[in-house]
Amino acid sequence: MSAANTDKVVVDTTLFRHQVAEQKSKDFLTVEIGGQMFGIPILQVQDVLGELKVTRIPLAPPQVSGSLNLRGRIVTAIDVRKCLGLKPLELGPNERRMSVVVNYDEELYSLIIDSVGDVLTLPDKDFETNPATLDVTWKAVSLGVYRLHGRIMVVLDVPKLLLSLHQLN
Amino acid sequence: MDDLIVEFLTETNESLMELDTDLIKLEQNPNDKDLISKIFRLMHTIKGTCGFLGLPRLETVAHRAENVMGRFRDGNLEVTPEYVSLILASLDRVRYLLRHIEENGTEPEGSDEDLIAQLDAVYEGRDMPAKPQVAAAPAAPVVASASAPGPAEPELKAQEESVVTASGTPPVAAPVAAATAAAVGGGGGDAGESSVANQSLRVNMGVLENLMTMVSELVLTRNQLLQIARNDKDNNFVAPLQRLNHVVSDLQEGVMKTRMQPIGNAWAKLPRIIRDLSIELGKKIDLIMTGQDTELDRQVLDMIKDPLTHMIRNSGDHGIETPAERVKAGKPETGKIILRAYHEGGHIIIEITDDGKGLPTEKIRQKIIKNGLASEEEAAKLSPQQIHQYIFAAGFSTAEKVTSVSGRGVGMDVVRTNIEKIGGSIEMKSTEGKGSTFYIKIPLTLAIVSSLIVESAGEKFAIPQLAVRELVLVSQKSENRIEMIKHTPVFRLREKLLPLVSLEDLLKLTGEHTESFEERFEHKYIIVTQVGNYSFGLIVDQVFDTEEIVVKPVAKILKDIDLFSGNTILGDGSVIMILDPGGIAKVTGENNLSDNAQDNVETAQKLSSDSKTSLLLFTAGNGSQKAVPLSLIARLENVDMKMVEVSDDRMLLQYRGSLMPIIPFAPDMDLSPDVLKPLLVFADRGKSVGIIVDEIVDIREESIDIQIDGRRKGVFGSTIVGGKATEIVDVMHFLNSVHGDWFKDHGDESFLVHDKKKKGGGSSKRILLVDDSPFFRNMLTPLLTAAGYEVIAVDGPSKALELTEREENFDMIISDIEMPDMNGYDFATRVRSIEKWQKTPMVALTSHATPEDIDHGYESGFDEYIAKFDRDTLLSTISKTLARGNEA
Repeated sequence: MSAANTDKVVVDTTLFRHQVAEQKSKDFLTVEIGGQMFGIPILQVQDVLGELKVTRIPLAPPQVSGSLNLRGRIVTAIDVRKCLGLKPLELGPNERRMSVVVNYDEELYSLIIDSVGDVLTLPDKDFETNPATLDVTWKAVSLGVYRLHGRIMVVLDVPKLLLSLHQLN
Repeated sequence: MDDLIVEFLTETNESLMELDTDLIKLEQNPNDKDLISKIFRLMHTIKGTCGFLGLPRLETVAHRAENVMGRFRDGNLEVTPEYVSLILASLDRVRYLLRHIEENGTEPEGSDEDLIAQLDAVYEGRDMPAKPQVAAAPAAPVVASASAPGPAEPELKAQEESVVTASGTPPVAAPVAAATAAAVGGGGGDAGESSVANQSLRVNMGVLENLMTMVSELVLTRNQLLQIARNDKDNNFVAPLQRLNHVVSDLQEGVMKTRMQPIGNAWAKLPRIIRDLSIELGKKIDLIMTGQDTELDRQVLDMIKDPLTHMIRNSGDHGIETPAERVKAGKPETGKIILRAYHEGGHIIIEITDDGKGLPTEKIRQKIIKNGLASEEEAAKLSPQQIHQYIFAAGFSTAEKVTSVSGRGVGMDVVRTNIEKIGGSIEMKSTEGKGSTFYIKIPLTLAIVSSLIVESAGEKFAIPQLAVRELVLVSQKSENRIEMIKHTPVFRLREKLLPLVSLEDLLKLTGEHTESFEERFEHKYIIVTQVGNYSFGLIVDQVFDTEEIVVKPVAKILKDIDLFSGNTILGDGSVIMILDPGGIAKVTGENNLSDNAQDNVETAQKLSSDSKTSLLLFTAGNGSQKAVPLSLIARLENVDMKMVEVSDDRMLLQYRGSLMPIIPFAPDMDLSPDVLKPLLVFADRGKSVGIIVDEIVDIREESIDIQIDGRRKGVFGSTIVGGKATEIVDVMHFLNSVHGDWFKDHGDESFLVHDKKKKGGGSSKRILLVDDSPFFRNMLTPLLTAAGYEVIAVDGPSKALELTEREENFDMIISDIEMPDMNGYDFATRVRSIEKWQKTPMVALTSHATPEDIDHGYESGFDEYIAKFDRDTLLSTISKTLARGNEA
């Protein structure tokens, strides 16, 4: 996400806020995966991390990258790209992947994504259910989409994403 | 003071303290039903407990007060301040009595007549003007008697004053309480705190759990710091870190202690369960519990409570027979279940033993086939131990009827799962007709585990130290090398083949291997791991040190991977997976069948008469070399023939301060003086005999297999030893010829001839010989072997019983009578109590042969009674008895 883009989004949000006063809205942390913007409901987000040392877990599903130590708690790292059927990210020499730690069912999971954007407050009126033609893999982990200015944000269904891993096993 | 009483005091004092505040509320709001119920419950509890603890005075007061409270509670007596005072007075009396018990361990002298009289009066509604009203509408709500207090007041006050003798205070809660206590107790008056109550503190489990988690984190942080300090030894932090290290260790221990509870807490209900069970099933069962004080982590305690209860029930229901059955089986009417707990190397062992009927091997075998757990053919091959293991399989129950107690088939597998869940193991030993023993091994705590850190394909893993037996470094170039059977690696560990599992392959850490296994397994470590009875080796690349780790459960999405029991954070901050030895054992195909079975086969083979005997080879006179079982010989001496004296026509030697008879082995030997001759000394029970021979040739391990029967006296027959024809010497013949008092001489004809034919006829008869004297065992074994029997000799009844309990088969049992740990009569009784052995001929062998002894012998279950040195009678009796057995 370029700097110009980010600025624009922030302005947009402030504009929204005035209108939103009586309207219902939700907060999302935006993330970028393979050029697509995703939103994670802010209440589910616990932490945003840079890249940490991950211990591989043998025999775990391929989507599970391993586990890591987050201030004394063990967090399971999930490669969201793999969940979405995308190719692994090719990183430049100084680039590092980011991850978003979410709390699900009393356990912490670290969702490895490409990069983290801003927090957006989005009005419910901009929400739409998944387009009928959406890729099946994506549909399974998407709650719906928001129409933003010039972009579409897919809402990531975190519990469903984790649950699908559970069943995979 | 009794622990129970201390606990009772603590608890009661706590409840009373709570009531103190509530009582003031009661005064303000006399009709507070909840409060009345609370006091009622307390009185009720005190009453009940006192009866149990044997505190009659306290019990009476509590009982009467409870009566009155009961009326309040039911609403047919209105709570007036006067009554409240009366209740308060009762509470104070209870308090006074409690304090006395606490200080002196007993109830004080004196009686509570005054108080009881009042309480009874109120309970029965006597002596009160209010009575008619209450009686008129006993079930009516409280309102009916609302107007009564007026006239009743003075009287009650009077009553009260008789209690509150000293002060005569108005019926206000606190002062009355104080005054009464002062009056009755005569000192130490106020409702002060009890000292026993102060010694312990009730803490919410949540607080302790939290504390434990925090200590665990502290342990981890300490580990991290220590790791850093290790790399930088000159650092100023090293000394304070050491101190921190100790403090943390102590803290960890201290916090662990708060979680420790005596295992007796989990057992408290068991006597009751057994009592109910014995009534329901009409059995007589004694439950004997030892080691109640053994402490273990509360969390573990909670986990084993149910499995234990279940197993005790099983023992009572399936194990112990009805009194009639027991009497029939020759056991005491009352069955015994013994529950034992003790510490053993970081573990708690719980043993549950019953002397009931044991596991029905055949029934289980049928069930295995019926449930499709094994084919008929497979099942037939299983040893009883292997069969027994199936009771731990899911959905297995052999109880024909599902009683309310057990037999639903969800039993033992759940028990095992629960025990394994907490890192424990369960083993079992059962003998049909004799009872079963279960061994449960559980870790002291679940929270912190000592683990070995290993590496495979560059990844580190932790393996609980408890499962690790030993470490072996292997190199394909040395003796210690890994061998392959198809693609399965194995390792020779002390004469046994240890199945190996490569951690790398198991966890699929790398792709396909192209190099040969020799290259792959060059310089590896084998971690010899034991799960239950099953041992296997885990191949890893590297072994690091051990670390105390705090086990954290794996994420839910990884729960299905059986190979990990959890994960943790190491000292360096990295996350590490903890391997689950049980899971690995399961995945690698071992279904937990015990190795014991194999061991038993081995023992049985050892027992077989094919086993070799050490023979001493010598020459004497003319003829071939001779052999005598080495074990019969007490000593070998070289004796100068000059020393041999002749007295009373016997050759005697002064030997170790007494006279020992000497016999030349052959008449044609050169016995001239000045010749040194080897002397074989035979000794038993303080008596000895020397046999002079010409030359000791050798000692050889050979199996005695008489090829040609002996024709001379003193020779069993001939066999081949070391490629030479050798005479096997009948030592008994020589011994008989000298010690008239020791060895009686009977008959001269060769005893071998008529029994010998059996030998050719295929399977020989198996005889179990029980005698504590190694001398007689060694003497009789060759004698009987020579007569064509297969002999298994054991040194005592306990060993013999062990054999009879196993799947051993004997055609006859020959037993000595005089034996140290159990005499032959008792042994016979025990043998006869086992169904399988009821028809097996038993022969008593003894030097005692009075008619009483013989009668006693027959009563105990012996079929024949033979004097010990009467070898011909022995042999003919054996052959006759066996023949009779065949006809029958």
